[in-house]
Amino acid sequence: MKRLKTALRTPWFWGIVGIFLLLLVNTLKDPAYLAIGVNPTTGLLTGNLLDILRVSAPIILIALGMTFVIATEGIDLSVGSMMAVGGAVAMETLSNIGDPTSVGAMLTAIALAILLAVLLGAVNGVLVAVVGLQPFISTLVMMLAGRGIARVITGGQNTNATNEPFRQLANGQILGLPTSFVLAIVIVLLIALLMRRTALGLMIESIGINPHASRLAGIRPRPILIAVYVLSAGLAAVGGLFSVSEVMTVSVSGTGNQMELDAILAVVIGGTSLAGGKFSIFGSTVGALLIATLNKTVLFLGVPSAATPAFKALVIIALVLLQSERIRSWAFGRKPSARKPSGPERPAVGTGNPVTKEAVA
Amino acid sequence: MSGSRTLAEVVPPAPGLPEVDQAPRGLWSRLWERSQTLLPTLVALLLLFGMLIYAEIAYGRVFHAGTISSLLVSFAPTIILAVGMTIVIISAGIDLSVGAVVAFSSVAGVMLMNLGWNGWVSIILMIGFGALFGLIAGVMIQYFNVQPFIATLAMMFLARGLASILSTTPVVAPEGSPLLLLATDWKLIDGPKVNDFTITPGLLIAIVVVVGAVFFMHRTRMGRTVYGIGGSESSAQLMGLPVAKTRVWIYIISGALAGLAGVVYTAEVGGKAQNVTGIGWELDAIAAVVIGGTLLTGGAGYVLGSIIGVFVIAALRLIITKDGTINPEYLTIITGAVLLAFVLLQRALTSRRKQ
Repeated sequence: MKRLKTALRTPWFWGIVGIFLLLLVNTLKDPAYLAIGVNPTTGLLTGNLLDILRVSAPIILIALGMTFVIATEGIDLSVGSMMAVGGAVAMETLSNIGDPTSVGAMLTAIALAILLAVLLGAVNGVLVAVVGLQPFISTLVMMLAGRGIARVITGGQNTNATNEPFRQLANGQILGLPTSFVLAIVIVLLIALLMRRTALGLMIESIGINPHASRLAGIRPRPILIAVYVLSAGLAAVGGLFSVSEVMTVSVSGTGNQMELDAILAVVIGGTSLAGGKFSIFGSTVGALLIATLNKTVLFLGVPSAATPAFKALVIIALVLLQSERIRSWAFGRKPSARKPSGPERPAVGTGNPVTKEAVA
Repeated sequence: MSGSRTLAEVVPPAPGLPEVDQAPRGLWSRLWERSQTLLPTLVALLLLFGMLIYAEIAYGRVFHAGTISSLLVSFAPTIILAVGMTIVIISAGIDLSVGAVVAFSSVAGVMLMNLGWNGWVSIILMIGFGALFGLIAGVMIQYFNVQPFIATLAMMFLARGLASILSTTPVVAPEGSPLLLLATDWKLIDGPKVNDFTITPGLLIAIVVVVGAVFFMHRTRMGRTVYGIGGSESSAQLMGLPVAKTRVWIYIISGALAGLAGVVYTAEVGGKAQNVTGIGWELDAIAAVVIGGTLLTGGAGYVLGSIIGVFVIAALRLIITKDGTINPEYLTIITGAVLLAFVLLQRALTSRRKQ
């Protein structure tokens, strides 16, 4: 019972519940939804589940980067534009090299894309950490500028290119799973190791929880903040690579459009508070998977894809309400927690809710 | 008007106190103090005139009644949005939903008109839809401790998604609907050829909104409470200001103004409403507010400053379209650069004031 209660209070638990509910809805509509078959021409596995995993790869990466930014009490609105920048650099490089089979060309394209994104991410980081601008506004500027930079790189065109190794990123499979998804999970694991096996994760959390206290404890915020924005931009560029490799075309206005919102949503679903502090890498990954499932479900149910945001809105509203103290004190009958020493919130007594007894047991 | 009564008027002067020296020295230093908070706005104003004069010299026909009035008319919805955004940002919040609310209210309103609803009722409902989105956001923010960013993000998704569910193809208001009356051209000055100064009822609505907002922010209790919440919420609470009620109203006002902007915009484009209208308009509004000198951290700023901000953005667009050699690709970069410059200026000023 106690374990169940803990699970109910874990945000990503609701994310997993959400994924299963969505899959259930799809299966009810079409019992063969979960089936996985083999494509006779390519010999690769096909199926809706694999599709979901493939489209989730970019979201997983940008949500990962966003997690750390949000943990430092920041926000990175530029990730969608960074995806476009990364995709634009890659497509432009590949079409200039023009070697449709070269692995070297792919590596060059990837390296250049990440390099430019890292530079732009460093600009974000410097604006936030050194100049002291609000993260919201400096990354907003970068969001506008990044989209423009992507346009300048491709000359306003939607550049396409042919390079088989690069195309395999999203269209190939490793052990039956989409390559991009496997790569994304590997990156998540590596970064999770980096964050949890070194003090870096703890430092990021401490900056988010109390910047002054962490400063007094000897943590220098600037390098960490810059690193967080650089990481976010770099991961976003990789996400952009995955997303353009699916169709081998970069759409300067479409690639990564509004993906920053998906990333923020994934992080919130994962239980990382937007007020900064503790983060959950696993939670954000679950959140990203939920969003990918939601995107696909809405399409599958035949709702116009432009309407997807409405369903995302319902998910956000449900989640933030579930996470809010007021609802919890009603539902679980707990007093608004003692975590908040400041500001005497109105206690839940007097709501006349008989459920309160349950909590005492 | 009771909000304008100061303490000095209410409390009778105590006898025997030495007269406070309000000599010219105090006046000058007070002027300087004031102009410091006004400095970003003044810089924006200078920039605006600089840009307009440059455009006049380089391309001509800028200080031209026709150009100016058509620019004003086409930016009327942005002005309305910027007013709402100013109020929200002064309260240290943010409203990301305005662009999507414009889309929803215009699509929903035009569809109601097509269903045969009375045109005026539909227009009122369009504003009402906006207010409803604002109400939901405000309640989430105030009573469920949801961050403004997330709550209005949810409303943005909801409004955009609902607009798309209603229709993904453009819907057009029926002939003779009162909505189209809002775009009638009123020739104020009949100049030679096309050089007429024409305004539309839509622009007039925008002007009324601006005047009303200035009055609201500076001459009503609720307006002053908005500044109080933005300056320090806990102080405002301790002073007994109605923080909860005011905050919900702030978002209702912002939503209703977004609905109104939807009305004006739809009228302007001939009654055609689309679910993709207004993408990125919230960014225009935020940029205008920041350029106009309102602090994003809340507590300080002026509605009129934001209007100057809108004009700066309008002048920028004007130059870029008039020039023709500037790649449209650079438009977002330039907007970003201008925004960055103003934020840096704000930052420099606020850090100096703190020292």
